Amino acid sequence: MQFTIEVGRYSPEGTYAENAVPGKPFPAPWDRSPARRYQTYTVDLPEHAVVLDALIAIREYQDQSLAVRCACRSAICGSCAMWINGHSHLACKSKLSAFTKEGKTRVESPPSMPIIRDLVCDMKPFWDKHLAVKPWLQNKQPVPPPNEEYRVSNASMEELIQEVSCISCSACLMDCESFAVNPDFLGPQALAQAYRYAGDPRDAETKERLAEYSKPGGIWDCTHCYECVTQCPKGVAPLDQILKLRKMAVDAGFTHNAGTRHADAFAESVRESGRLNELTLMPKSVGFFNIVDQIKTLPSAFNLIRAGKLPPLIHKKIPGVNRIKTIFERVGGRFK
Amino acid sequence: MITDHDVIVLGAGLAGMRAALEAARAGADVAIVTKVHPIRSHSSAAQGGINAAIGETDSWESHAFDTVKGSDYLADQDAVEVMCQEAPRDIIEFEHMGVIFYRAPDGRLGTRAFGGASQARTYFVGDITGQALLVTLYDQILKAGVKVYEEWYATALHMEDGECRGLVALEMVTGELHLLRSKAVIVGAGGLGRLYEPSTNALICTGDGYALAYRAGAPLMDMEMVQYHPTTLAGSGFLMTEAARGEGAYLLNSLGERFMKRYAPNKMELAARDVTSRAEATEIAEGRGIDGNVLLDLRHLGPDVILRKLPQIHEMALDYLSIDMIEDPVPVRPGMHYQMGGIKTDVDGATVVPGLYAAGEVACVSVHGGNRLGANSLLDTIVFGRRSGKVAADYAKNTPASTGGEVLLRNEQERLRELLSRPYTGETNAGLRLELAMMMDKLVGLYRDEAGLREALDKLEGFKKRYQTIAVGDKGRVFNQALTFSLELGYLLDCGETIIRSAIVRTESRGAHTRTDFPERNDAEWLKHILLTCRGEEEPELSYIPVTITRWQPEVRTY
Repeated sequence: MQFTIEVGRYSPEGTYAENAVPGKPFPAPWDRSPARRYQTYTVDLPEHAVVLDALIAIREYQDQSLAVRCACRSAICGSCAMWINGHSHLACKSKLSAFTKEGKTRVESPPSMPIIRDLVCDMKPFWDKHLAVKPWLQNKQPVPPPNEEYRVSNASMEELIQEVSCISCSACLMDCESFAVNPDFLGPQALAQAYRYAGDPRDAETKERLAEYSKPGGIWDCTHCYECVTQCPKGVAPLDQILKLRKMAVDAGFTHNAGTRHADAFAESVRESGRLNELTLMPKSVGFFNIVDQIKTLPSAFNLIRAGKLPPLIHKKIPGVNRIKTIFERVGGRFK
Repeated sequence: MITDHDVIVLGAGLAGMRAALEAARAGADVAIVTKVHPIRSHSSAAQGGINAAIGETDSWESHAFDTVKGSDYLADQDAVEVMCQEAPRDIIEFEHMGVIFYRAPDGRLGTRAFGGASQARTYFVGDITGQALLVTLYDQILKAGVKVYEEWYATALHMEDGECRGLVALEMVTGELHLLRSKAVIVGAGGLGRLYEPSTNALICTGDGYALAYRAGAPLMDMEMVQYHPTTLAGSGFLMTEAARGEGAYLLNSLGERFMKRYAPNKMELAARDVTSRAEATEIAEGRGIDGNVLLDLRHLGPDVILRKLPQIHEMALDYLSIDMIEDPVPVRPGMHYQMGGIKTDVDGATVVPGLYAAGEVACVSVHGGNRLGANSLLDTIVFGRRSGKVAADYAKNTPASTGGEVLLRNEQERLRELLSRPYTGETNAGLRLELAMMMDKLVGLYRDEAGLREALDKLEGFKKRYQTIAVGDKGRVFNQALTFSLELGYLLDCGETIIRSAIVRTESRGAHTRTDFPERNDAEWLKHILLTCRGEEEPELSYIPVTITRWQPEVRTY
């Protein structure tokens, strides 16, 4: 079967001028890459071939100058995450037939990451975030003697298999909406690994970890866009792990932050009126007396007004709001 | 650029990182040089588990005997004893580092059955054991602050007065060559699977470590012992872990028979790998295969066992063959998987070259002999990785710093410049690599004979000549993979030559080495290792050392 692949090419040495066509620069203001050029290749491969098969075929027999990271070809090593038709995927796990749109497949380095060459992006932001969550066990004392393991339940170990299944491919970070606008956000992979250690019954520094992860750039900076859950090729579901960390952090008393106040304000508004009071949500989140941060949000407020997104100035309760309250009481916990 | 360290570790898989961690603990200034990020290393593809005799019902002697028997009595028994005695503590140490091993109901480590073992002694994390160990060890490297030269590609070892004192490496991102000097070098650069097509190995397993050490004067031992794994996925050749059979899966032929009853009536599907692979090949050759495959049947295990204990292979069969193993059996065949031979070392990873150490698949201690048992390779990496790290760090303490190497650096720069400037001849490294690898699979694979091996050697000589004319199809400096692929092909050719030459010499059948013209094991003549030492472009020097036997005399090997 013939497949047409359009590959985003870039070299800092600028060696691709001859046969590549200039591409449209990525429209987002957070594009962290210089402009790529798109080069089209045609490859003949079996119907079930994956995108990586095409890239390897190109590199081996058509154009040796195409740079692409890959090793295992079977979704274990995590090397080949890239943008395929505008979203991050593992090239070795993406069937060409499923990713052919209007007769072609577009492949490129994700604009959210700095580029080195062609499909090879600079993974430094990703590894820095991984390191930042202190991804190692802080052993609970006493450590058993050298011939004895920690006695823990199999359920407590199986609980962490989902996070340990992470192959650090960075597909989650590449498409993370928060990371796109805020490079300091720890991001989905690092926070999933944060939970992997914070949730380990053999770890002694759960509290210290939760304090650290509750800071700006941490668990509360996730906006629940679910991109990481959708894009993760290994079912790690980083957002789910972030939500577990939030619950652990609140339960442990780390509530003096905008994230917790935002969640509280959200829940309180729904409990009391059955709907969200967007006018009070922002001041309650940043804190009523935090005038400086409130002023900082004004430009966004004006943009919303200009876009016709101004919430009603008078907040009304929905009919039957008492039944909402009953739901809160039944669920129990912090907001009842 | 020239940089100095006490110890340099080449490779960042389990053996390399374990060695680096131990050297760092011993107080050495240690740096890892690796051509891919440590997490991308092929150790992550090890699925099934890691062996140790822990607990009162098992003994290290039993583990050692199974290993020796599995090796078809070619393993050195002193080395096997070291590995099996130290296995429990090394595994427990990884548990303390945070590996989420499967637990028994009492909260202690739990096991699964594996091939060639007289009892269940394989510790595991689902079917991602290698990955679970690798990420945990990487995190320990981060914690210890070990320097990692990531995506640096080694081109030569730096030798000074017959001692190994560092290496020259290409920084992929800049295209610059660097001299990294040290007092000791530990090679933990993994296997050579790309020499065979198909293979379960990653594209990065190109025999770099074997060839670099061989060229530097370290002999390669038991290179003829190439393992074919019994269950690799039809088509792609990806690994379907032995743990599937450990959990109870069947191997079926086209008649629906569990054919292993004819080859290994006691152990059935859990016979050693060489036995099982040959049984499959016989079934296929005698017309009881299905399109060159047999079937791996997991259906009776039920969705719970498959999804909880074998999720990765379930996903792979679904992704690459669109087969749900809960509903249907999976077509598999024997495929090249592991090199038992390698750089000859003692039990501390030391080679005959002062300052040069090796551990993991690239090394040959030898604990695997003619055939490695499943779940012994992860064990090999962490036991001998640790030991070599300690001894190399100690060696470095009493060794003065190297001061030379500029000449080597200039020579390497010149060599790469020449390679890059060669005119295009139509010969590509990918085309030549594929020809070489298909030839190795056909003539130096599961079954071998004199005529085929001679033909293979002739062909290899031809490939070597063609390799001299190969052009690099990319002239850039930044991330020039065409250049590194060309270098890798050179490494593969060296490895291929040593495998073929050793296979010609061993006129018997033992372990993975099956000679149809010499079908019997010949203990009278061949209870010895074959070593090849490089003599430049001349034919390598052949030598032998006897197998070390401590307490297990060779017996007839049945399963």
